[in-house]
Amino acid sequence: MENYSLPPKPKNSMYKNIRNIVIAILVIAMYVWTFVSIDIDWGRAIERAINNFNRVIPRLFNPDWSATGDVAWSMLETVLIAFAGSLMAAVIAVPLSFLAARNMMGGIVISTIGKWVLSAVRAFPDIILAILFVVAVGPNAFAGVLAIAIGSTGMLGKMFAEIIESIDMNVVEAMEASGANKIQILFYGVLPQITPEFLSYAIYRFEVDIRASSILGIVGAGGIGTMIIFASNNRNWNEMGTILLAIIIVVTIIDFASARIRRKIV
Amino acid sequence: MTNENNSLTSKKVPPIYPAKTKVQVTLIFFVVLGIYIFSMSWTQRQMAGGFGGALGNMFTVIEKFFPPNTAVISAIWGPMVETIQMAIIATTFAAILTVPLAILAAENITTWKPLYILTRTFLNILRTIPDLVLAVIFVGLFGIGLFPGILALVIFSLGILAKLISETIESVDMHPLEAMRSSGGNVFQVIWYGLIPQVLPQYTSLVLYVFEINIRASVVLGLVGAGGIGLILNQQLGFYNYPNAMMIIILIFVVVIVIEYISTRIREALL
Repeated sequence: MENYSLPPKPKNSMYKNIRNIVIAILVIAMYVWTFVSIDIDWGRAIERAINNFNRVIPRLFNPDWSATGDVAWSMLETVLIAFAGSLMAAVIAVPLSFLAARNMMGGIVISTIGKWVLSAVRAFPDIILAILFVVAVGPNAFAGVLAIAIGSTGMLGKMFAEIIESIDMNVVEAMEASGANKIQILFYGVLPQITPEFLSYAIYRFEVDIRASSILGIVGAGGIGTMIIFASNNRNWNEMGTILLAIIIVVTIIDFASARIRRKIV
Repeated sequence: MTNENNSLTSKKVPPIYPAKTKVQVTLIFFVVLGIYIFSMSWTQRQMAGGFGGALGNMFTVIEKFFPPNTAVISAIWGPMVETIQMAIIATTFAAILTVPLAILAAENITTWKPLYILTRTFLNILRTIPDLVLAVIFVGLFGIGLFPGILALVIFSLGILAKLISETIESVDMHPLEAMRSSGGNVFQVIWYGLIPQVLPQYTSLVLYVFEINIRASVVLGLVGAGGIGLILNQQLGFYNYPNAMMIIILIFVVVIVIEYISTRIREALL
Protein backbone atom coordinates (compact mmCIF):
# COMPACT_ATOMS: atom_id res chain seq x y z
CA MET A 1 0.00 0.00 0.00
CA GLU A 2 1.18 3.39 -0.83
CA ASN A 3 1.82 5.69 2.04
CA TYR A 4 0.18 9.06 1.76
CA SER A 5 1.98 11.77 3.59
CA LEU A 6 1.66 15.52 3.80
CA PRO A 7 4.09 17.55 1.71
CA PRO A 8 7.12 18.64 3.76
CA LYS A 9 6.74 21.91 5.59
CA PRO A 10 8.66 24.78 3.99
CA LYS A 11 11.90 25.30 5.92
CA ASN A 12 12.27 28.65 7.56
CA SER A 13 15.48 30.27 6.52
CA MET A 14 18.13 31.13 9.08
CA TYR A 15 17.57 34.85 8.48
CA LYS A 16 13.84 34.61 9.16
CA ASN A 17 14.34 32.60 12.34
CA ILE A 18 16.81 35.10 13.74
CA ARG A 19 14.57 38.00 12.74
CA ASN A 20 11.57 36.46 14.50
CA ILE A 21 13.57 35.84 17.68
CA VAL A 22 14.89 39.41 17.68
CA ILE A 23 11.37 40.80 17.22
CA ALA A 24 10.04 38.60 20.03
CA ILE A 25 12.82 39.72 22.40
CA LEU A 26 12.21 43.38 21.54
CA VAL A 27 8.45 43.08 22.16
CA ILE A 28 8.94 41.24 25.46
CA ALA A 29 11.56 43.79 26.56
CA MET A 30 9.16 46.61 25.76
CA TYR A 31 6.40 45.05 27.85
CA VAL A 32 8.67 44.25 30.79
CA TRP A 33 9.99 47.82 30.75
CA THR A 34 6.48 49.25 30.54
CA PHE A 35 4.79 47.20 33.22
CA VAL A 36 7.72 47.33 35.65
CA SER A 37 8.31 51.05 35.50
CA ILE A 38 4.74 52.34 35.25
CA ASP A 39 3.51 53.61 38.55
CA ILE A 40 -0.21 53.24 39.11
CA ASP A 41 -1.62 53.78 42.59
CA TRP A 42 -4.15 50.95 42.46
CA GLY A 43 -5.28 51.25 46.06
CA ARG A 44 -6.19 54.89 45.75
CA ALA A 45 -7.91 54.46 42.37
CA ILE A 46 -10.08 51.61 43.68
CA GLU A 47 -10.87 53.42 46.91
CA ARG A 48 -11.87 56.54 44.98
CA ALA A 49 -13.97 54.49 42.58
CA ILE A 50 -15.91 52.86 45.43
CA ASN A 51 -16.51 56.24 47.05
CA ASN A 52 -17.46 58.06 43.86
CA PHE A 53 -19.38 55.37 42.01
CA ASN A 54 -22.78 56.32 43.36
CA ARG A 55 -22.07 60.00 42.99
CA VAL A 56 -21.08 59.74 39.33
CA ILE A 57 -22.56 56.85 37.39
CA PRO A 58 -26.30 57.03 38.28
CA ARG A 59 -26.29 60.79 37.81
CA LEU A 60 -24.58 60.45 34.44
CA PHE A 61 -27.51 58.36 33.23
CA ASN A 62 -30.02 60.81 34.68
CA PRO A 63 -29.49 63.90 32.49
CA ASP A 64 -30.38 67.35 33.75
CA TRP A 65 -33.07 68.41 31.28
CA SER A 66 -33.12 72.01 32.49
CA ALA A 67 -29.69 72.50 30.91
CA THR A 68 -30.94 71.40 27.46
CA GLY A 69 -31.12 74.97 26.12
CA ASP A 70 -27.57 75.91 27.09
CA VAL A 71 -26.22 72.59 25.88
CA ALA A 72 -28.00 73.00 22.52
CA TRP A 73 -26.47 76.45 21.96
CA SER A 74 -22.99 75.20 22.88
CA MET A 75 -23.41 72.22 20.60
CA LEU A 76 -24.45 74.56 17.77
CA GLU A 77 -21.28 76.54 18.35
CA THR A 78 -19.29 73.29 18.22
CA VAL A 79 -20.82 72.40 14.86
CA LEU A 80 -20.15 75.91 13.51
CA ILE A 81 -16.50 75.74 14.65
CA ALA A 82 -16.08 72.40 12.90
CA PHE A 83 -17.81 73.66 9.76
CA ALA A 84 -15.81 76.88 9.42
CA GLY A 85 -12.58 75.08 10.30
CA SER A 86 -12.96 72.17 7.92
CA LEU A 87 -14.12 74.38 5.04
CA MET A 88 -11.12 76.66 5.56
CA ALA A 89 -8.86 73.60 5.63
CA ALA A 90 -10.43 72.16 2.48
CA VAL A 91 -9.75 75.41 0.61
CA ILE A 92 -6.17 75.80 1.90
CA ALA A 93 -5.40 72.12 1.25
CA VAL A 94 -6.13 72.31 -2.52
CA PRO A 95 -3.10 74.40 -3.60
CA LEU A 96 -0.88 72.59 -1.07
CA SER A 97 -1.93 69.22 -2.43
CA PHE A 98 -1.07 70.28 -5.99
CA LEU A 99 2.39 71.20 -4.72
CA ALA A 100 2.77 67.90 -2.88
CA ALA A 101 1.51 65.67 -5.71
CA ARG A 102 4.32 64.10 -7.71
CA ASN A 103 2.59 64.32 -11.10
CA MET A 104 1.59 68.00 -11.07
CA MET A 105 3.79 70.96 -10.25
CA GLY A 106 7.55 70.92 -10.25
CA GLY A 107 9.54 67.83 -9.57
CA ILE A 108 10.26 65.36 -6.88
CA VAL A 109 11.97 67.95 -4.67
CA ILE A 110 8.95 70.22 -4.24
CA SER A 111 6.70 67.21 -3.82
CA THR A 112 8.87 65.72 -1.07
CA ILE A 113 9.12 69.04 0.78
CA GLY A 114 5.35 69.52 0.46
CA LYS A 115 4.67 66.08 1.89
CA TRP A 116 7.05 66.66 4.80
CA VAL A 117 5.33 69.94 5.64
CA LEU A 118 1.89 68.32 5.54
CA SER A 119 3.05 65.41 7.74
CA ALA A 120 4.60 67.84 10.20
CA VAL A 121 1.32 69.76 10.48
CA ARG A 122 -0.54 66.48 11.01
CA ALA A 123 1.69 65.51 13.94
CA PHE A 124 0.31 68.30 16.14
CA PRO A 125 -2.73 67.13 18.12
CA ASP A 126 -5.67 69.52 17.52
CA ILE A 127 -5.83 70.50 21.13
CA ILE A 128 -2.17 71.57 21.21
CA LEU A 129 -2.86 73.83 18.25
CA ALA A 130 -5.88 75.15 20.14
CA ILE A 131 -3.63 76.01 23.11
CA LEU A 132 -1.35 78.03 20.82
CA PHE A 133 -4.26 79.84 19.19
CA VAL A 134 -5.99 80.55 22.50
CA VAL A 135 -2.83 82.32 23.61
CA ALA A 136 -2.64 84.12 20.28
CA VAL A 137 -6.23 85.30 19.64
CA GLY A 138 -7.78 84.96 23.08
CA PRO A 139 -10.09 82.36 24.63
CA ASN A 140 -12.93 82.32 22.12
CA ALA A 141 -14.48 80.15 19.46
CA PHE A 142 -12.36 81.64 16.70
CA ALA A 143 -9.25 80.11 18.25
CA GLY A 144 -11.06 76.79 17.84
CA VAL A 145 -11.79 77.51 14.18
CA LEU A 146 -8.11 78.25 13.52
CA ALA A 147 -6.96 75.12 15.38
CA ILE A 148 -9.37 72.91 13.42
CA ALA A 149 -8.42 74.61 10.15
CA ILE A 150 -4.67 74.10 10.59
CA GLY A 151 -5.04 70.59 12.02
CA SER A 152 -7.27 69.45 9.15
CA THR A 153 -5.10 71.01 6.46
CA GLY A 154 -2.35 68.48 7.14
CA MET A 155 -4.57 65.44 6.73
CA LEU A 156 -6.65 66.82 3.84
CA GLY A 157 -3.58 68.02 1.95
CA LYS A 158 -2.00 64.58 2.19
CA MET A 159 -5.22 62.82 1.11
CA PHE A 160 -5.79 65.28 -1.76
CA ALA A 161 -2.20 64.80 -2.96
CA GLU A 162 -2.71 61.02 -2.99
CA ILE A 163 -5.92 61.46 -5.01
CA ILE A 164 -4.15 63.69 -7.53
CA GLU A 165 -1.35 61.13 -7.87
CA SER A 166 -3.89 58.42 -8.64
CA ILE A 167 -5.66 60.18 -11.53
CA ASP A 168 -5.62 58.86 -15.08
CA MET A 169 -2.71 60.75 -16.69
CA ASN A 170 -3.61 59.53 -20.18
CA VAL A 171 -6.36 62.14 -20.32
CA VAL A 172 -3.89 64.86 -19.41
CA GLU A 173 -1.35 63.64 -21.97
CA ALA A 174 -4.00 63.48 -24.70
CA MET A 175 -5.01 67.06 -23.96
CA GLU A 176 -1.39 68.20 -23.93
CA ALA A 177 -0.81 66.47 -27.27
CA SER A 178 -3.81 68.18 -28.83
CA GLY A 179 -2.55 71.57 -27.73
CA ALA A 180 -4.53 72.42 -24.63
CA ASN A 181 -2.94 74.96 -22.33
CA LYS A 182 -2.35 74.46 -18.58
CA ILE A 183 -5.61 76.10 -17.52
CA GLN A 184 -7.64 73.98 -19.94
CA ILE A 185 -5.93 70.81 -18.74
CA LEU A 186 -6.67 71.76 -15.16
CA PHE A 187 -10.37 72.45 -15.78
CA TYR A 188 -11.22 69.70 -18.27
CA GLY A 189 -8.62 67.01 -17.55
CA VAL A 190 -7.80 67.14 -13.84
CA LEU A 191 -10.68 68.74 -11.95
CA PRO A 192 -13.47 66.41 -13.19
CA GLN A 193 -11.37 63.45 -12.02
CA ILE A 194 -10.59 64.74 -8.55
CA THR A 195 -13.63 66.81 -7.51
CA PRO A 196 -15.88 63.99 -6.22
CA GLU A 197 -13.15 62.44 -4.08
CA PHE A 198 -11.97 65.83 -2.80
CA LEU A 199 -15.52 66.63 -1.68
CA SER A 200 -15.91 63.21 -0.13
CA TYR A 201 -12.74 63.58 1.97
CA ALA A 202 -13.64 67.14 2.96
CA ILE A 203 -17.03 65.98 4.22
CA TYR A 204 -15.40 63.06 6.03
CA ARG A 205 -13.00 65.47 7.69
CA PHE A 206 -16.01 67.53 8.84
CA GLU A 207 -17.21 64.40 10.70
CA VAL A 208 -13.83 64.04 12.40
CA ASP A 209 -13.73 67.75 13.20
CA ILE A 210 -17.08 67.63 14.99
CA ARG A 211 -15.51 65.21 17.47
CA ALA A 212 -12.37 67.31 17.71
CA SER A 213 -14.16 70.62 18.21
CA SER A 214 -16.34 69.21 20.99
CA ILE A 215 -13.28 69.00 23.26
CA LEU A 216 -11.48 72.21 22.24
CA GLY A 217 -13.36 74.11 24.94
CA ILE A 218 -11.28 72.28 27.55
CA VAL A 219 -8.43 74.67 26.73
CA GLY A 220 -10.81 77.62 26.22
CA ALA A 221 -11.39 77.48 22.48
CA GLY A 222 -15.19 77.57 22.54
CA GLY A 223 -17.91 75.03 21.92
CA ILE A 224 -19.34 72.42 24.23
CA GLY A 225 -15.94 71.62 25.80
CA THR A 226 -16.31 74.77 27.91
CA MET A 227 -19.43 73.29 29.49
CA ILE A 228 -17.69 69.92 29.97
CA ILE A 229 -14.92 71.50 32.00
CA PHE A 230 -17.39 73.53 34.11
CA ALA A 231 -19.59 70.51 34.75
CA SER A 232 -16.57 68.44 35.77
CA ASN A 233 -15.16 71.16 38.07
CA ASN A 234 -18.57 71.57 39.76
CA ARG A 235 -19.05 67.78 39.98
CA ASN A 236 -22.34 68.39 38.14
CA TRP A 237 -22.66 64.90 36.65
CA ASN A 238 -26.33 65.34 35.72
CA GLU A 239 -25.35 68.14 33.37
CA MET A 240 -22.45 66.01 32.09
CA GLY A 241 -25.07 63.40 31.20
CA THR A 242 -26.97 65.97 29.11
CA ILE A 243 -23.76 67.06 27.38
CA LEU A 244 -22.78 63.47 26.63
CA LEU A 245 -26.22 62.78 25.20
CA ALA A 246 -26.01 65.91 23.01
CA ILE A 247 -22.59 64.88 21.67
CA ILE A 248 -23.74 61.33 20.92
CA ILE A 249 -26.89 62.51 19.11
CA VAL A 250 -25.24 65.26 17.05
CA VAL A 251 -22.23 63.15 16.06
CA THR A 252 -24.48 60.24 15.06
CA ILE A 253 -26.73 62.46 12.94
CA ILE A 254 -23.80 64.12 11.19
CA ASP A 255 -22.01 60.79 10.60
CA PHE A 256 -25.18 59.39 9.08
CA ALA A 257 -25.88 62.44 6.88
CA SER A 258 -22.28 62.66 5.76
CA ALA A 259 -22.16 58.96 4.85
CA ARG A 260 -25.31 59.42 2.73
CA ILE A 261 -23.93 62.48 0.94
CA ARG A 262 -20.56 60.82 0.33
CA ARG A 263 -22.19 57.73 -1.15
CA LYS A 264 -24.10 60.00 -3.53
CA ILE A 265 -21.03 61.96 -4.62
CA VAL A 266 -18.56 59.17 -5.33
CA MET B 1 -22.42 67.82 -45.92
CA THR B 2 -20.47 70.27 -43.79
CA ASN B 3 -22.89 70.65 -40.95
CA GLU B 4 -22.09 73.64 -38.73
CA ASN B 5 -22.16 71.56 -35.55
CA ASN B 6 -20.25 68.56 -36.77
CA SER B 7 -17.32 70.25 -38.43
CA LEU B 8 -13.95 69.95 -36.78
CA THR B 9 -13.46 73.69 -36.79
CA SER B 10 -16.61 74.28 -34.75
CA LYS B 11 -16.05 76.58 -31.81
CA LYS B 12 -19.01 75.11 -29.90
CA VAL B 13 -17.80 72.82 -27.15
CA PRO B 14 -20.52 70.60 -25.73
CA PRO B 15 -20.99 71.31 -22.03
CA ILE B 16 -19.53 68.60 -19.81
CA TYR B 17 -22.06 69.18 -17.06
CA PRO B 18 -25.85 69.25 -17.69
CA ALA B 19 -27.74 72.44 -16.83
CA LYS B 20 -29.62 70.85 -13.95
CA THR B 21 -26.41 69.84 -12.18
CA LYS B 22 -25.08 73.37 -12.63
CA VAL B 23 -28.15 74.85 -10.91
CA GLN B 24 -27.87 72.31 -8.06
CA VAL B 25 -24.17 72.89 -7.57
CA THR B 26 -24.63 76.67 -7.56
CA LEU B 27 -27.39 76.38 -4.96
CA ILE B 28 -25.31 74.09 -2.73
CA PHE B 29 -22.35 76.42 -3.12
CA PHE B 30 -24.33 79.42 -1.89
CA VAL B 31 -25.83 77.46 1.03
CA VAL B 32 -22.35 76.30 2.10
CA LEU B 33 -21.00 79.83 1.71
CA GLY B 34 -23.92 81.21 3.73
CA ILE B 35 -23.33 78.80 6.62
CA TYR B 36 -19.61 79.58 6.45
CA ILE B 37 -20.15 83.34 6.72
CA PHE B 38 -22.58 82.76 9.59
CA SER B 39 -20.09 80.48 11.38
CA MET B 40 -17.29 82.97 10.98
CA SER B 41 -19.34 85.87 12.37
CA TRP B 42 -20.69 83.69 15.20
CA THR B 43 -17.30 82.43 16.31
CA GLN B 44 -15.78 85.90 16.16
CA ARG B 45 -18.53 87.64 18.10
CA GLN B 46 -16.70 87.55 21.44
CA MET B 47 -13.38 88.52 19.99
CA ALA B 48 -12.00 91.97 20.68
CA GLY B 49 -10.60 93.72 17.62
CA GLY B 50 -11.98 91.24 15.09
CA PHE B 51 -10.04 89.19 12.58
CA GLY B 52 -7.46 91.84 11.65
CA GLY B 53 -6.66 92.66 15.26
CA ALA B 54 -6.29 88.98 16.11
CA LEU B 55 -3.83 88.35 13.28
CA GLY B 56 -1.76 91.34 14.31
CA ASN B 57 -1.85 90.20 17.91
CA MET B 58 -0.93 86.64 16.98
CA PHE B 59 2.63 87.40 15.99
CA THR B 60 3.41 89.44 19.08
CA VAL B 61 2.04 86.67 21.30
CA ILE B 62 3.69 83.81 19.43
CA GLU B 63 7.01 85.56 20.07
CA LYS B 64 6.54 84.89 23.80
CA PHE B 65 6.86 81.17 23.09
CA PHE B 66 10.34 81.61 21.63
CA PRO B 67 13.03 80.66 22.24
CA PRO B 68 11.92 77.38 23.88
CA ASN B 69 13.64 76.63 27.16
CA THR B 70 15.89 73.64 26.40
CA ALA B 71 16.96 73.36 30.05
CA VAL B 72 13.69 71.66 31.05
CA ILE B 73 14.16 68.69 28.75
CA SER B 74 15.61 66.48 31.51
CA ALA B 75 12.66 67.34 33.76
CA ILE B 76 10.01 66.54 31.15
CA TRP B 77 11.60 63.38 29.80
CA GLY B 78 10.15 61.25 32.65
CA PRO B 79 6.53 62.28 32.08
CA MET B 80 7.01 61.83 28.32
CA VAL B 81 8.16 58.23 28.83
CA GLU B 82 5.20 57.68 31.15
CA THR B 83 2.89 58.95 28.38
CA ILE B 84 4.32 56.47 25.89
CA GLN B 85 3.88 53.66 28.44
CA MET B 86 0.25 54.67 28.92
CA ALA B 87 -0.31 54.34 25.19
CA ILE B 88 1.45 50.94 25.09
CA ILE B 89 -0.65 49.52 27.93
CA ALA B 90 -3.89 50.97 26.57
CA THR B 91 -3.24 49.65 23.06
CA THR B 92 -2.43 46.18 24.42
CA PHE B 93 -5.64 45.92 26.42
CA ALA B 94 -7.70 47.35 23.56
CA ALA B 95 -6.10 44.84 21.17
CA ILE B 96 -7.10 41.94 23.45
CA LEU B 97 -10.61 43.16 24.23
CA THR B 98 -11.30 44.01 20.60
CA VAL B 99 -11.11 40.38 19.42
CA PRO B 100 -14.48 39.15 20.76
CA LEU B 101 -16.13 42.48 19.94
CA ALA B 102 -14.83 42.50 16.38
CA ILE B 103 -16.01 38.94 15.80
CA LEU B 104 -19.45 39.79 17.20
CA ALA B 105 -19.60 42.85 14.93
CA ALA B 106 -18.71 40.94 11.75
CA GLU B 107 -21.75 40.07 9.68
CA ASN B 108 -20.25 36.93 8.14
CA ILE B 109 -19.25 35.28 11.45
CA THR B 110 -22.05 36.43 13.73
CA THR B 111 -24.93 35.17 11.67
CA TRP B 112 -27.50 35.86 14.37
CA LYS B 113 -28.75 39.31 13.29
CA PRO B 114 -29.89 40.84 16.62
CA LEU B 115 -26.50 40.22 18.28
CA TYR B 116 -24.68 41.70 15.29
CA ILE B 117 -26.87 44.82 15.28
CA LEU B 118 -26.54 45.22 19.05
CA THR B 119 -22.72 45.05 18.94
CA ARG B 120 -22.57 47.41 15.96
CA THR B 121 -24.81 49.99 17.66
CA PHE B 122 -22.77 49.75 20.87
CA LEU B 123 -19.53 50.34 18.94
CA ASN B 124 -21.07 53.24 17.00
CA ILE B 125 -22.12 54.97 20.23
CA LEU B 126 -18.71 54.29 21.78
CA ARG B 127 -16.99 55.95 18.84
CA THR B 128 -19.02 59.18 19.12
CA ILE B 129 -17.58 60.02 22.56
CA PRO B 130 -14.29 61.96 22.26
CA ASP B 131 -11.28 60.62 24.22
CA LEU B 132 -10.93 63.66 26.45
CA VAL B 133 -14.59 63.51 27.49
CA LEU B 134 -14.04 59.90 28.59
CA ALA B 135 -10.95 61.04 30.47
CA VAL B 136 -12.91 63.80 32.25
CA ILE B 137 -15.50 61.26 33.41
CA PHE B 138 -12.91 58.69 34.54
CA VAL B 139 -10.93 61.34 36.39
CA GLY B 140 -14.15 62.21 38.21
CA LEU B 141 -14.59 58.55 39.05
CA PHE B 142 -11.04 57.41 39.91
CA GLY B 143 -9.34 60.67 40.83
CA ILE B 144 -6.32 62.25 39.16
CA GLY B 145 -3.68 59.80 37.92
CA LEU B 146 -2.55 57.44 35.20
CA PHE B 147 -5.30 54.86 35.62
CA PRO B 148 -8.25 56.99 34.38
CA GLY B 149 -6.13 58.04 31.41
CA ILE B 150 -5.32 54.46 30.45
CA LEU B 151 -8.95 53.46 30.86
CA ALA B 152 -10.11 56.35 28.65
CA LEU B 153 -7.60 55.33 25.97
CA VAL B 154 -8.69 51.67 26.13
CA ILE B 155 -12.39 52.50 25.71
CA PHE B 156 -11.72 55.10 23.03
CA SER B 157 -9.43 52.92 20.93
CA LEU B 158 -11.67 49.89 21.41
CA GLY B 159 -14.42 51.59 19.40
CA ILE B 160 -12.13 52.39 16.48
CA LEU B 161 -10.20 49.12 16.51
CA ALA B 162 -13.23 46.83 16.76
CA LYS B 163 -14.90 48.60 13.85
CA LEU B 164 -11.84 48.45 11.59
CA ILE B 165 -11.11 44.81 12.43
CA SER B 166 -14.72 43.73 11.99
CA GLU B 167 -14.57 45.26 8.51
CA THR B 168 -11.40 43.29 7.80
CA ILE B 169 -13.12 40.11 8.98
CA GLU B 170 -16.08 40.83 6.73
CA SER B 171 -13.80 41.05 3.71
CA VAL B 172 -12.05 37.66 4.18
CA ASP B 173 -12.36 34.77 1.76
CA MET B 174 -15.22 32.64 3.17
CA HIS B 175 -14.44 29.51 1.12
CA PRO B 176 -11.86 27.93 3.48
CA LEU B 177 -14.21 28.58 6.39
CA GLU B 178 -17.12 26.91 4.62
CA ALA B 179 -14.94 23.95 3.71
CA MET B 180 -13.93 23.50 7.35
CA ARG B 181 -17.47 23.81 8.57
CA SER B 182 -18.72 21.25 6.05
CA SER B 183 -15.97 18.80 7.04
CA GLY B 184 -17.04 19.04 10.67
CA GLY B 185 -15.01 21.82 12.27
CA ASN B 186 -16.69 23.55 15.19
CA VAL B 187 -17.00 27.32 15.54
CA PHE B 188 -13.72 27.76 17.41
CA GLN B 189 -11.77 25.54 15.03
CA VAL B 190 -13.14 27.48 12.07
CA ILE B 191 -12.13 30.79 13.67
CA TRP B 192 -8.69 29.54 14.75
CA TYR B 193 -7.62 27.80 11.51
CA GLY B 194 -9.71 29.60 8.90
CA LEU B 195 -10.15 33.16 10.06
CA ILE B 196 -7.11 34.09 12.12
CA PRO B 197 -4.44 33.33 9.48
CA GLN B 198 -6.35 35.51 7.04
CA VAL B 199 -6.74 38.55 9.30
CA LEU B 200 -3.52 38.45 11.34
CA PRO B 201 -1.43 40.81 9.15
CA GLN B 202 -4.22 43.40 8.96
CA TYR B 203 -4.88 42.97 12.67
CA THR B 204 -1.27 43.77 13.54
CA SER B 205 -1.25 46.70 11.16
CA LEU B 206 -4.47 48.15 12.60
CA VAL B 207 -3.23 47.71 16.17
CA LEU B 208 -0.13 49.72 15.26
CA TYR B 209 -2.33 52.35 13.62
CA VAL B 210 -4.39 52.62 16.81
CA PHE B 211 -1.14 52.83 18.78
CA GLU B 212 -0.30 55.95 16.74
CA ILE B 213 -3.73 57.39 17.55
CA ASN B 214 -3.24 56.55 21.23
CA ILE B 215 0.16 58.25 21.37
CA ARG B 216 -1.41 61.38 19.94
CA ALA B 217 -4.33 61.17 22.37
CA SER B 218 -2.22 60.34 25.44
CA VAL B 219 -0.06 63.46 25.19
CA VAL B 220 -3.11 65.66 25.79
CA LEU B 221 -4.93 63.55 28.41
CA GLY B 222 -3.01 65.32 31.17
CA LEU B 223 -4.88 68.54 30.36
CA VAL B 224 -7.83 67.12 32.28
CA GLY B 225 -5.70 65.44 34.96
CA ALA B 226 -5.43 61.98 33.46
CA GLY B 227 -1.66 61.63 33.70
CA GLY B 228 1.25 62.00 31.34
CA ILE B 229 3.02 65.00 29.90
CA GLY B 230 -0.17 67.00 29.33
CA LEU B 231 -0.33 67.61 33.07
CA ILE B 232 3.03 69.39 33.03
CA LEU B 233 2.03 71.31 29.91
CA ASN B 234 -1.13 72.50 31.62
CA GLN B 235 0.83 73.64 34.70
CA GLN B 236 3.36 75.57 32.65
CA LEU B 237 0.59 77.27 30.66
CA GLY B 238 -1.14 78.11 33.94
CA PHE B 239 2.05 79.84 35.14
CA TYR B 240 2.30 81.68 31.77
CA ASN B 241 5.70 80.02 31.39
CA TYR B 242 5.53 79.94 27.61
CA PRO B 243 9.17 79.00 26.75
CA ASN B 244 8.82 75.85 28.91
CA ALA B 245 5.45 75.07 27.33
CA MET B 246 6.98 75.44 23.87
CA MET B 247 9.75 72.98 24.76
CA ILE B 248 7.10 70.44 25.85
CA ILE B 249 5.16 70.99 22.62
CA ILE B 250 8.32 70.48 20.56
CA LEU B 251 9.15 67.27 22.46
CA ILE B 252 5.60 65.99 21.87
CA PHE B 253 5.96 66.83 18.19
CA VAL B 254 9.27 64.98 17.86
CA VAL B 255 8.03 61.89 19.74
CA VAL B 256 4.83 61.70 17.66
CA ILE B 257 6.78 61.99 14.40
CA VAL B 258 9.37 59.36 15.39
CA ILE B 259 6.77 56.84 16.58
CA GLU B 260 4.62 57.40 13.51
CA TYR B 261 7.62 56.88 11.26
CA ILE B 262 8.57 53.60 12.95
CA SER B 263 4.99 52.38 12.98
CA THR B 264 4.43 53.23 9.31
CA ARG B 265 7.60 51.37 8.38
CA ILE B 266 6.51 48.24 10.29
CA ARG B 267 3.04 48.40 8.73
CA GLU B 268 4.51 48.70 5.24
CA ALA B 269 6.63 45.61 5.92
CA LEU B 270 3.59 43.68 7.18
CA LEU B 271 1.18 44.18 4.29
